[in-house]
Amino acid sequence: MSDIPVPRDIPLPLPASEPVLVTVLIVFFLMHIAFVNFMVGGTFMTLWYQLRGLKEKRYDALAHEIAGTITANKSIAVVLGVGPLLAINTLYTVYFYTANALTGTFWISIIPLVIVAFVLTYIHKYLWKQMETWKVFHIGLIATVSLIFSFIPLIFLTNVNLMLFPEKWGTVQGFFSALALPNVMPRYAHFILACPAMAGLLIVWLFRRRDDADIASIGFTREELVRKGYQWAFWPTAAQFIIGPLALITLPPIQNLQSTVLGVFALSILVSLWMSRLMFVEMRRPAETIGKSFASICILMLVIVVLMGAGRHIYREAAVGPHRELVRSKTKEYMEKVGAANKALTPDGAAGAPQ
Amino acid sequence: MDFPIFHLDILGNRWLIATIAIIHVLVNHGLAVGMMPLVAAMEWYGQKKGDSRWDALAYRILFVSFLVTTTVGALTGVGIWLSVSLVNPYSIGSLIRVFFWAWFTEWLVFITEVCLILAYTLSWKKWSARGPEYKTKHIKLGFALGFFSWVTMAIIVAILGFMMDPGNWLADRSFWTGVMNPLYLPQLAFRTPLAASLAGTVAMFLILFFTKKDGFRLEALRSVGLWTLFFAPFILITGWWYYSSVPEAMKDNLGVSLGTLQFADWQDKFLRIALFTVVTILGVVQVAIWRPHRLPKIALIVPFASILWMTGHFERVREFIRKPYIIGQYMYANGLRAEDYALLQRDGVLAYATYSNPLSEDEQSGLPEGLTPAEQAALLVEIQQGKDVFMDTCSRCHTSHGVNGMSVHLQRMFGDQQWTPELTAGYIENMHYAQPFMPPFPGNKEELWLLGVYLEHLQHNKATIPGSQSAGVIVNRPPQ
Ligand code: HEC
Ligand code: HEM
Repeated sequence: MSDIPVPRDIPLPLPASEPVLVTVLIVFFLMHIAFVNFMVGGTFMTLWYQLRGLKEKRYDALAHEIAGTITANKSIAVVLGVGPLLAINTLYTVYFYTANALTGTFWISIIPLVIVAFVLTYIHKYLWKQMETWKVFHIGLIATVSLIFSFIPLIFLTNVNLMLFPEKWGTVQGFFSALALPNVMPRYAHFILACPAMAGLLIVWLFRRRDDADIASIGFTREELVRKGYQWAFWPTAAQFIIGPLALITLPPIQNLQSTVLGVFALSILVSLWMSRLMFVEMRRPAETIGKSFASICILMLVIVVLMGAGRHIYREAAVGPHRELVRSKTKEYMEKVGAANKALTPDGAAGAPQ
Repeated sequence: MDFPIFHLDILGNRWLIATIAIIHVLVNHGLAVGMMPLVAAMEWYGQKKGDSRWDALAYRILFVSFLVTTTVGALTGVGIWLSVSLVNPYSIGSLIRVFFWAWFTEWLVFITEVCLILAYTLSWKKWSARGPEYKTKHIKLGFALGFFSWVTMAIIVAILGFMMDPGNWLADRSFWTGVMNPLYLPQLAFRTPLAASLAGTVAMFLILFFTKKDGFRLEALRSVGLWTLFFAPFILITGWWYYSSVPEAMKDNLGVSLGTLQFADWQDKFLRIALFTVVTILGVVQVAIWRPHRLPKIALIVPFASILWMTGHFERVREFIRKPYIIGQYMYANGLRAEDYALLQRDGVLAYATYSNPLSEDEQSGLPEGLTPAEQAALLVEIQQGKDVFMDTCSRCHTSHGVNGMSVHLQRMFGDQQWTPELTAGYIENMHYAQPFMPPFPGNKEELWLLGVYLEHLQHNKATIPGSQSAGVIVNRPPQ
């Protein structure tokens, strides 16, 4: 027990009631992560189609279309990350700062990494025509972006994972040892699979109502494009039925609330089954009716995302809850001592100026 | 104390924050706050004169600004946070609790700003093609964008101002008294023309790339030159206002006469730099206006660099006002609150430290010759404790042997004589009198001596101190 650190919290009141902060955290985090999914998934797809475009020109045109979405999504993704960052700073001050400090070099390298990736996506997008003759280099750019975008989530996941386990804080030595904690990799796989799935839906949305001339200029039929979107969405989602439970099982066990967490995730598995079935049906529909269930699929996906967000939060609360009580009482005890010490120095009780 | 200590032992922690912050201020002032109104004005001017070359030029400058602000600009903004929360989590954690809603509002304004810049840039060609009515709307969009960029800055300045001088916040702890501190308006007033002329010099630089050597280049340089010149005197006037408000804000901290001396020094230097800056702006802009074909690109770097230099020097005023504090009168730069001192100076900081910072292999070498293994072990225990005192109370500002390094200072002060605790402890006990930047030593007598033992060890051990980001921490057992 004595190896579990119990630090003190910052002795100022929270700026708003806890439910308000939690709402800010969850709502904006989910929006953030959705756009991160679009951005990362879109990058993977662009790379893939550009590679195929080496043999068959029209894939290159398709890649160009998808590349156009990355830069807009990336601006939104980053901007939407700031709200949750504020909230997590207040709600989980001790946990978050500790995890940051223990992985500091990598944590701060998020900034240059994201800058480089973003600049490269701009170059890749805006110099598409000019780089027509340097295709390998051009593809190298988006490949580099894909690599960077695959690495950044690892940094985030390592941090949000490490913050849950005060008992590990004394044993971790640097980023890689925090990365090696049991739950990080399954969660990472879970996230990475979600990227093409979400971006696949984005593709369906993008081409379902595009005007005919635009579609024709790419060189595929609308039906083909929509079907491709669904394929990107369906197969990774199918894999989630293995990875998802794995991520759940590897979560370190916590004392209470296990059943609530299980319930939420079980429910989300049911909804996912339903959604996957719809996707599967859509994929096999003929040109006239393909896309008919798109709205339902999106709603189901939204439900799943919300359930994931909720489950994740309930688990986090359960994991840090007891420890947070210890932190609270330690902080209170400390502040009482501070008060007494100041009183002893200046009998009227005002905070004494040091020396 | 309560959080593992992130530490950069070569360049120092402040370097990390400063680098990110300087880049951010540059991009933010030069390419957003000052540039967006300038671009909108250029677009408007093009429409008024019916000259499409203005329009094309404005678009290109906007496009460059767009690329840089949405990458480097946005990310360094987040980077300031991340770096401060690594280096001084206590201060940012406290500030966020006071300013949550200000930051939240700032964030909403920032989202608006990003949407507007996306809309403004991406709709430029389409809306321009749709006829004058849409063009007018587009120009209004540009000015709206300029306004929101300025509002973002206005909110952030409130927070910066608060850190320098919390005003009445200490007494009533409310959000609005925190915001409305005495330096707020002067600082905002100063940054506004500064941003405008910075943007002017950047735009002139870009004009040299984006125009041919013809009459239009001359016209463009002249007009943007006038914009830059127009704001230059306001930099001086508002700069003067800002800095004459400083002594008022400093008066609580003026106990130390050395601080006053250093401030006077700073003031002298500032006057000279400001004069130099204004003269270079005047000079280069004159050339740009009257002899534009003689103007080499490199020449525009000069006013740009001098504005930068001046801004940088000016920003240091914060240190003078805050002096040993990171949040004026409330929290010292070592992350400890003024209120904590009574307790810590009595019981010691180690009694309340959650973590210890393990000595690495390299840090354990260089012990005096001829000690028995038992004596060595005992000495290492003391060195470990001394190191923890150092990390908890000095490491936010000092390194061991790097920038602002302990051994550098001690070498200068005591030379090659043995840096014994007897020698150093006396200085440290009174260091806040000797160096007004430094907070008083927060620990007790015994810790003063332990710190001295550690400093003596540094004379014989040149290893760098690994931060918690690589070496991790040891959890201290709570006292029974
Ligand atoms: C708020 C930041 C800060 C903290 C905390 C701090 N110092 Fe300093 N210290 C400074 C600055 C700034 C200087 C001046 C550097 C210069 O002039 O080059 C300085 C100078 C010194 C000097 C040289 C003094 C001289 O007269 O030239 C010594 C010795 C020193 N510090 C020791 C310490 C020790 C020991 C601690 C911890 C107990 C400490 N400092 C904590 C900021 C700090
Ligand atoms: C630089 C701007 C960004 C900010 C401010 C930001 C903010 C955040 C915050 C606060 C969280 C934690 C939320 C929580 O645990 O409740 C988070 C999680 C995450 N972010 Fe971001 N983010 C940014 C950019 C990115 C980028 C560029 C990527 C990917 C390439 C990314 C991927 C992730 C992932 C994978 C998670 C963890 C998801 C999970 O827990 O399942 N973020 N981000």
